[in-house]
Amino acid sequence: MITCEQIYDVIVVGAGHAGCEAALASARMDCRTLLLTINLDAIALMSCNPSIGGLAKGHLVKEIDALGGEMAKNIDATGIQFRILNTKKGPAVRASRAQADKQLYRLRMKRVLEQQKNLDLKQGEVTSLCLDGAAVCGVELRSGISYLSKTVIVTTGTFMRGLIHIGLNNYPGGRAGDQPSVGLSDQLRQLGFQVGRLKTGTPARLDARSIDFSKLETQFGDSPPRPFSLSTERITMPQMPCHIAYTNQRSHDIIRSGLDRSPLYSGVIEGIGPRYCPSIEDKVVRFPDKDRHQTFIEPEGLDTIEVYPSGMSTSLPIDIQIAFYRSIVGLERVEIMRPAYAIEYDYVDPIQLHSSLETKTVKNLYHAGQINGTSGYEEAAGQGLIAGINAALRVRGSDPLVLTRSQAYIGVMIDDLVTLGTKEPYRMFTSRAEYRLLLREDNADLRLRDIGHQLGLVSEQEYLRFAEKRCKISEEMERISITRLQNTVQQTAVLVRLGLQDIQKGTTFEQLLRRSEVCYDDLIELDPVSRETSEAIREQVEIQTKYKGYIDRQLEQVEQSKKVESTRIPEGLDYAAVKSLTTEVREKLSKNRPDTLGQASRIPGVTPAAISILAIVLKSSSWKGNS
Amino acid sequence: MYIRDTIAAVSTPPGNGGIGIIRVSGDQAAAVGNTVFTSVSDGGLVSHRFSFGTIRDAATGEMVDEAMAVYMRSPRSYTREDVLELHCHGGWLVVERVLALVLACGVRLADPGEFTRRAFLNGRIDLIQAEAVMDIIASKSEAALQLAQRQREGALSKRIDEVRECLLQALALVEAYIDFPEDDLGQTDEVAIAASVDSAQTMITDLLATFEEGRIVREGISVLIAGKPNAGKSSLLNRLLNENRAIVTHIPGTTRDIIEETISFEGLAIRFLDTAGIRHTNDLVEQEGINRTMEKVPQADLILAVFDGSREFSQEDQMLLDALAECRIIAVVNKSDLPQRLVLPAANRFLATVMVTALSGDGVDSLKQTVCRQFLHISATDSREFISLSRARHRDALVSADVYLSRFCAGLPERNLELLALDLRGALDSVGTVTGQTATDDVLDRIFSSFCIGK
Ligand SMILES: Cc1cc2nc3c(=O)[nH]c(=O)nc-3n(C[C@H](O)[C@H](O)[C@H](O)COP(=O)(O)OP(=O)(O)OC[C@H]3O[C@@H](n4cnc5c(N)ncnc54)[C@H](O)[C@@H]3O)c2cc1C
Repeated sequence: MITCEQIYDVIVVGAGHAGCEAALASARMDCRTLLLTINLDAIALMSCNPSIGGLAKGHLVKEIDALGGEMAKNIDATGIQFRILNTKKGPAVRASRAQADKQLYRLRMKRVLEQQKNLDLKQGEVTSLCLDGAAVCGVELRSGISYLSKTVIVTTGTFMRGLIHIGLNNYPGGRAGDQPSVGLSDQLRQLGFQVGRLKTGTPARLDARSIDFSKLETQFGDSPPRPFSLSTERITMPQMPCHIAYTNQRSHDIIRSGLDRSPLYSGVIEGIGPRYCPSIEDKVVRFPDKDRHQTFIEPEGLDTIEVYPSGMSTSLPIDIQIAFYRSIVGLERVEIMRPAYAIEYDYVDPIQLHSSLETKTVKNLYHAGQINGTSGYEEAAGQGLIAGINAALRVRGSDPLVLTRSQAYIGVMIDDLVTLGTKEPYRMFTSRAEYRLLLREDNADLRLRDIGHQLGLVSEQEYLRFAEKRCKISEEMERISITRLQNTVQQTAVLVRLGLQDIQKGTTFEQLLRRSEVCYDDLIELDPVSRETSEAIREQVEIQTKYKGYIDRQLEQVEQSKKVESTRIPEGLDYAAVKSLTTEVREKLSKNRPDTLGQASRIPGVTPAAISILAIVLKSSSWKGNS
Repeated sequence: MYIRDTIAAVSTPPGNGGIGIIRVSGDQAAAVGNTVFTSVSDGGLVSHRFSFGTIRDAATGEMVDEAMAVYMRSPRSYTREDVLELHCHGGWLVVERVLALVLACGVRLADPGEFTRRAFLNGRIDLIQAEAVMDIIASKSEAALQLAQRQREGALSKRIDEVRECLLQALALVEAYIDFPEDDLGQTDEVAIAASVDSAQTMITDLLATFEEGRIVREGISVLIAGKPNAGKSSLLNRLLNENRAIVTHIPGTTRDIIEETISFEGLAIRFLDTAGIRHTNDLVEQEGINRTMEKVPQADLILAVFDGSREFSQEDQMLLDALAECRIIAVVNKSDLPQRLVLPAANRFLATVMVTALSGDGVDSLKQTVCRQFLHISATDSREFISLSRARHRDALVSADVYLSRFCAGLPERNLELLALDLRGALDSVGTVTGQTATDDVLDRIFSSFCIGK
């Protein structure tokens, strides 16, 4: 065994979406960082859909950007269709989504990594961790070399003991065309980690030349496209449409006819799949009354004929796949370029992590991304960023960064994962956030830019731009609260046109804006100063004014829960000795070992009564003995 | 472990007559027993066995009372600590005296509810049980006991689960349209959402109605007897009290001449307010007495307006009714044995009209039943099946849920889904505080089982 002499601060295992953010964050925080990955040509590869964002996921991307991560910039530079979803609904549930040119996305990320100071990028498969007592101190590669480091971040995605299924055929693989990672998860199990098995799947990639697009609905992106990143001025990539097609009864009959050769229904697959990303056979079986299922045919890039039929993932045998895709109107002559498949892989239950993403079992070891049971690029990237930050903070000897549930979707996600663990692939939804009105895409910078800047991930120049924006927002908020209607002839005319003739002279612009029929653009007609306000400021002022009542209410709830959230539970608390808890609750708490009372309160089955007891126990100064 | 000092208190409500129990809990319980109590049989206290004996002042040797004592060794006791109970026979003064002797042994007077708190802390009972036990302690009548009992058995939790179910369904519908705009879900099903919310709200309203009932069962109802002099108020009161002599209690109030009389009928505690005024004025024409009665009107849950059936409706009667304009009144027409000359105006102004002959007692039972019926649904009390919300905490939770739902309904036409979701979630969280459940995962479950979702 050859050991490299250099001792890195941080080693990141895997250059997927989690690993890239982790490595960039720690390198940007001045840590000597090594990023190791099985295949340098598959960095930040989109294993599944060629798109970034969507509901809650778009929120994650904007948060990553506000903190100084790379994902938003990367999609802005390589996106070929941008859309804002839910525009008819309120600001909190509007979300951005983009189609990516998959190859350009990966290549740009590789370039960014290559140009990053403090960051070494090497190809190699990590087969085990090196340990120094209860702490990790490096990694060992299949090639026989080991690298030493102060911290290690594992982001192996779907690769650990990956097993690919197409019909009843299966073979080891980390993703179609990639080697699996073998050995690492066995070692983790030996170290005492609970390692489980999950499953996910992806549709076939189809040949666009064999599709009759004239029979499909066309869906264009927004014009002009709105970028994800605060740093992106404009989207310059050429834009492409998607197309919408539907399955029919015949498709469903074909699918049913192949169920006996489905690895899922014949019991070959043991891993648990995501309910929100069911395969087409799952949809047909679980919703037999639905007479059609929708699919978006998404381009995989500008320069390729490969297209991705979303929602049509399957692990049925190849002959059924061909027949079923061809039963779709417009796809009668379609050719499959890469077959659909399902993949099973090892994950490590995230209940074994602290909120910093450091493992409870092995010190200085962090897990991020799909290894934690999540699925999705954005979820992975969000965790990767936090793990990278926290590994760097550990190297510096500082306290970890833990985002709260009222601060960020990233905070909600990590809290969910480490408090509840997961038995099925975890995906972000806006409904997981109890403070949804506070966690909007539009205010991600207001929530997180300061933190990113303090960590050193946001450049001075970018931060200054933000600070100026924030300043302008509060100035404008102040201005509209003291600017009053004069009811000049011109203003009255505008009010009459808006149907607001009953409005009193002296009404402030703020009061006016609070009315549901008035928007900021109407103010422009009433008052020349408003015309000068930039788009971004207008948006913020309008949202903060219109939703003030609701936002204040949520802020109040945040305030109320602060006490519980900030009450720490000593790490070694002996729950068995707290006799007043029911056996069930005691077992749950002993298993989950929550860091705070707030986390404890979110464990299902832990009642408010149990929380009161715990609060009493923690408060009672006489409870020293067992803790 | 936490420090267990020994505590003591009288554990029977003051003024209950009969036996007074002093309870001691903590490590010194046995020592206290051996100091103040002398068993007539072969000395010493045996765990979980009653013994008969005397309580003496250790300092003077003077005998204070004859008593029964029982010692319960930890953990087989209410608090799971060592517990001693002294059952005294003497009146209130004696009980006070015995408590003083116990405290003289160096134990501390318990805070209100501290025994139950210890029971709760030591895992003997959970919080909902603890609250129900607090109710039992305060309960004056058997219906209250049963109510407390049923609550412990989870009838309330079950009904609340049903409310929750409806709310989850509604929230799942709303959330699905928020989180899956690109899935082919069709139009927002506002009708179904509104229907679910509506059934939840109906259930909440019903539960809240039973809260009032729960309070009444627990605290009893207050009844005021009013009427012009000579209508027969005092004989009616005597009749109402007579048959229940055995459980009549006399609770001295703060003012010397306000005396409450309580009877228990069909498990409902009925308290007669300011009966002193009625009894002692002896139906004399005395404005003072009437004034005093009127002062009590705001405290009364119900007024019995007594009329003399043998006389015509008089101006005095009218004045009385005017004074009681806002009250819940049962008209009691007395002297039904005599030729009837009374014609009551606006009879539908009364909850009921009952004919009695106070002197003989005819009709008094029917009057009592009529009184009970105003407060307990007949079928409900019969089957003992009604679910009452008796704790203020539960009531508050449901009231708050109800407020959220009203706001939800008001906001429905604006179709602002994420604000609607906020109100639904608020309602769910409020309801969840009763049973301790959070919503997120259940909502997702419902979304995925109701809709075919996924790209
Ligand atoms: C078939 C399939 C279907 C999917 N379907 C969906 C879906 O429907 N919806 C959805 O949201 N997400 C889906 N995904 C998941 C999505 O691709 C992942 O969630 C996301 O890419 C996870 O990011 P990650 O960084 O954790 O891991 P990955 O992107 O998987 O990256 C892991 C990286 O680690 C490297 N690596 C692994 N082990 C080692 C090792 N021992 N040594 C060195 N390097 C190593 C790999 O080479 C790879 O570069 C699917 C993935 C697959 C494979």
